[in-house]
Amino acid sequence: MTGPADLIFYLLAAMTVGAAILVAILPNIVYSAVALLFSFAGVAGLYVYLSADFLAATQVLIYVGGILILILFAVFLSSRISDVRLSNPSRFHWQAAILCLGLFGILSYTAVSTVFPVKTGLTYQPTTAEIGELLMTRYLLPFEVASVLLLATLIGAALLSRPDGGRKRPGDMEEPKQ
Amino acid sequence: MSLEKLLVVSAALFCCGLYAILTRRNAVAVLMGVELVLNAANINFVAFSHYVSRVIGGQIFAIFVIVLAAAEAAVALAIFLRLYATTGTVEVDTADHLKG
Repeated sequence: MTGPADLIFYLLAAMTVGAAILVAILPNIVYSAVALLFSFAGVAGLYVYLSADFLAATQVLIYVGGILILILFAVFLSSRISDVRLSNPSRFHWQAAILCLGLFGILSYTAVSTVFPVKTGLTYQPTTAEIGELLMTRYLLPFEVASVLLLATLIGAALLSRPDGGRKRPGDMEEPKQ
Repeated sequence: MSLEKLLVVSAALFCCGLYAILTRRNAVAVLMGVELVLNAANINFVAFSHYVSRVIGGQIFAIFVIVLAAAEAAVALAIFLRLYATTGTVEVDTADHLKG
């Protein structure tokens, strides 16, 4: 059976995987970052097909809008723009290609030959309300742990990226004396 | 479109990410490979949650994976900046000061 939905699925899958291959092989790291954008956008499209609308929006907001910008910042701050063409050397091509193609063959064969207990009668419903409810009830503890982790990340990243490595400078605010 | 096709797409993403991790020497490119691997895992979570279990727990797992990926990218950027300030490059081979 082939309809427009299947055609769009194949286009999305081709975009995702093609862009991922470009990320892996392009010599210029800025091109790799742009290819990564298309790969993330394709994954967001696949989420829509899996009835995960909230997750698709989250993917676009956080991956495409946040993580990719962070990666581009890392590229521009950590390599001289003038020699960006030379900024992405690589090695072990043949060994890594053989390993990855072999692994892909094994994984694909396993996925295709295994019979999964797939349920029939798939439904497509909005998921945002249910996710919000579960995050505030059943998954409340992981949610709070994630917020603590984000706070630790915020402090740690700010401390690490200071030019003097987090040592005290004369102009810093003093801690209140007890 | 079925579960098997999504698993094959996910396996392809995983292998591309693994290839990038194995071959790249620029630490930022290695980070891109890690993000691809995390996306592959997320597709598997959501696909199994949609086709097999029919409960929404897989999507919640995927949300936590996205949160962890964001935190990891931020800390990795900070570490790369320190590495660049210290050694003048972000190649992973040069960060071997702990080698005995």
